[in-house]
Amino acid sequence: MRHILSILLENEAGALSRVVGLFSQRNYNIETLTVAPTEDPSLSRLTLTTSGDDRAIEQMTKQLNKLIEVVKLVNLSEGEHIERDLMLIKVKASGAQRAEIKRCADIFRGQIVDVTSSIYTIQLVGASSKLDAFIEAVGDANILETVRTGVSGLARGEKVLAL
Amino acid sequence: MLSGADMLVRSLQDQGVEYIYGYPGGSALHIYDAVFRQEKVKHVLVRHEQAATHMADGYARATGKPGVVLVTSGPGATNTITGIATAYMDSIPMVIISGQVMSHLIGGDAFQETDMMGVSRPVVKHNLSIQDPADIPSVIKKAFYIATTGRPGPVVIDVPKDMTTPGEEYPYEYPAEVEIRSYNPPVRGHAGQIRKAVEMLLKAKRPMIYTGGGVVLGGASEQLIEMTRALGYPITQTLMGLGSYPGSDRQFIGMLGMHGTYEANMAMHHADAILAIGARFDDRVTNNIAKFCPDAMIAQIDIDPSSISKTVQVDIPIVGPVDSVLNEMIGLIKESDIQPDKENLSNWWAQIDEWAKHHGGRYLTNDKGLMKPQQVIQCLQKLTAGDVYVTTDVGQHQMFAAQYLSFEEPNRWITSGGLGTMGFGFPAAMGIQLSFPDETVVCVTGEGSIQMNIQELSTCMQYNIPVKILNINNQSLGMVRQWQDMNYESRHSNSYMESLPDFIKLAEAYGHVGMKIEKIEDLEPMMKKALAMKDKLVFIDVYVDPSEHVYPMQVPTASMRDMWLSKTERT
Repeated sequence: MRHILSILLENEAGALSRVVGLFSQRNYNIETLTVAPTEDPSLSRLTLTTSGDDRAIEQMTKQLNKLIEVVKLVNLSEGEHIERDLMLIKVKASGAQRAEIKRCADIFRGQIVDVTSSIYTIQLVGASSKLDAFIEAVGDANILETVRTGVSGLARGEKVLAL
Repeated sequence: MLSGADMLVRSLQDQGVEYIYGYPGGSALHIYDAVFRQEKVKHVLVRHEQAATHMADGYARATGKPGVVLVTSGPGATNTITGIATAYMDSIPMVIISGQVMSHLIGGDAFQETDMMGVSRPVVKHNLSIQDPADIPSVIKKAFYIATTGRPGPVVIDVPKDMTTPGEEYPYEYPAEVEIRSYNPPVRGHAGQIRKAVEMLLKAKRPMIYTGGGVVLGGASEQLIEMTRALGYPITQTLMGLGSYPGSDRQFIGMLGMHGTYEANMAMHHADAILAIGARFDDRVTNNIAKFCPDAMIAQIDIDPSSISKTVQVDIPIVGPVDSVLNEMIGLIKESDIQPDKENLSNWWAQIDEWAKHHGGRYLTNDKGLMKPQQVIQCLQKLTAGDVYVTTDVGQHQMFAAQYLSFEEPNRWITSGGLGTMGFGFPAAMGIQLSFPDETVVCVTGEGSIQMNIQELSTCMQYNIPVKILNINNQSLGMVRQWQDMNYESRHSNSYMESLPDFIKLAEAYGHVGMKIEKIEDLEPMMKKALAMKDKLVFIDVYVDPSEHVYPMQVPTASMRDMWLSKTERT
């Protein structure tokens, strides 16, 4: 099962390599990873998605918590949460396709952020599954390039991950 | 005002460090100069950096205090990795200070540059690099704090040479305390879980207490003895746990696991309640996890949450320091209305005694007159009676020593359990001997392992370190050979030692004493003579039967009760 782990990490040199190293050392898998400093510059917020059974995820969270630089950790998938992934996608848009691609982008509430006579670059934000659905709707044959930030997420309601 | 190098050494002084084990080199020279200009912290010069880490490790295991290593960058640093990994696997507190090339050269493939932070990362509890000389005292304090608290482990400090430049001085103050917001080791176990574990124990019909290195590291031997005696239950220990409960005690039924006693493995398999204390259900203990102790409810105490249910899913997890958890358990046991059912317990003991008769540590002596390795260990036991520090290397001799020696106190049995590092025993013994000059320190080894750090005979000459090396010489890599006999139709691929040196002459070349023992009738008198030479390193080279195997031995992929008991007999 897919899990989203959200981690508050000391914003120090080498801290990220410890997290990433742990995953390869212990034979866990990282599907997506995003990291950036928070409003408190001494802390980074890291979100990663991974998959495994309950025992594997439990071990992963325990091992992550053991890293000295991990301040706090929450498994967002355990409760109600919001997740967002941002994609920039460059697609062929010429002839009859041009209008079709535009309609498709509108349906998915995407924005066209760059245009040439034969190409649209579209920005799309949403849960990973929505971005996957857009890729399918547009069709592989039309896609020139995609780039995704990976998942970021927060718990719904009053729960916060803070010091 | 002090330079970075002087602050570093001063911090070690203020931390109470007695010994540094190390080897100088370019990037560490400012620090070595600071070491030279003081007398409080003694430096021991080894002949290979790996030995420095094992010396520090042996010191830490015997004294309970963190061991300290100082090496230079590049090869100096990489040579410590095996020793760091050894300490990491057995949770030994150590601080390793490695020189580094100057900051502005880092990343440029400078002479003797290695990314020590990256190389050591998978085998340390934590590593730190000095970015500003002014931080040196606080980084050192932090390193010792992390190394020694919670589940202990090695911590590396990487020190670029320009952090220690002479003449660049800073105000020095060694911090009294350190606080790390992201690191808070547990201070006590969960009361409700502890109560549940006590209830499980008191209601059990076939209880077992199974303990590991955590009891030794957590200094909880006293509590373990008190609780085990109050309950009257059988106790078994892992290789790392030996000594934390008296080996001669009636309730101790021997080591468990791959080469554990027949009765300990049988009792574990048939138990209905197991209390695991500071033990991590290693694969050398459990055999096949799917078949592990099918009827048992399991409670596990460990200071490291990630050790709990890592391999075997337990029913009652308790995260906390073993000493405080056991104290609480003892209190609850005393107060409880439920007490162990005497009849159940005596039936359980009758069954265990019956099992003990079945194998009971026997071996066959050889009609060809070759000495058995077990006889050598039994002779050492007879002559020292537990009043000794024993280190080992890795292989058959290590298992024979675990099986046939008996330790009455913790911190006297020193062996590389998790990593299984050949070459560990001799330098570890040296580290212990320096700190306990009046005690007998014996390194039980084999002719394979001893050659992995034999260069340290020179260090022993320099510092007059009178350890006793008991070389169980079977002229082959015994454990490898045993596996080849059992699993590869005796094809002895690369398990011979066909060009053994004359160990006697080698020892003598370094100014030590060498003794060769080939006959059983010489064994006791010569070993006695060797042990009596208090101020001499004695290399005792004992020739034994190369065909001997270690038994019992668990049958691979089976349960704990499935064992080979001799070359022809299995359960």
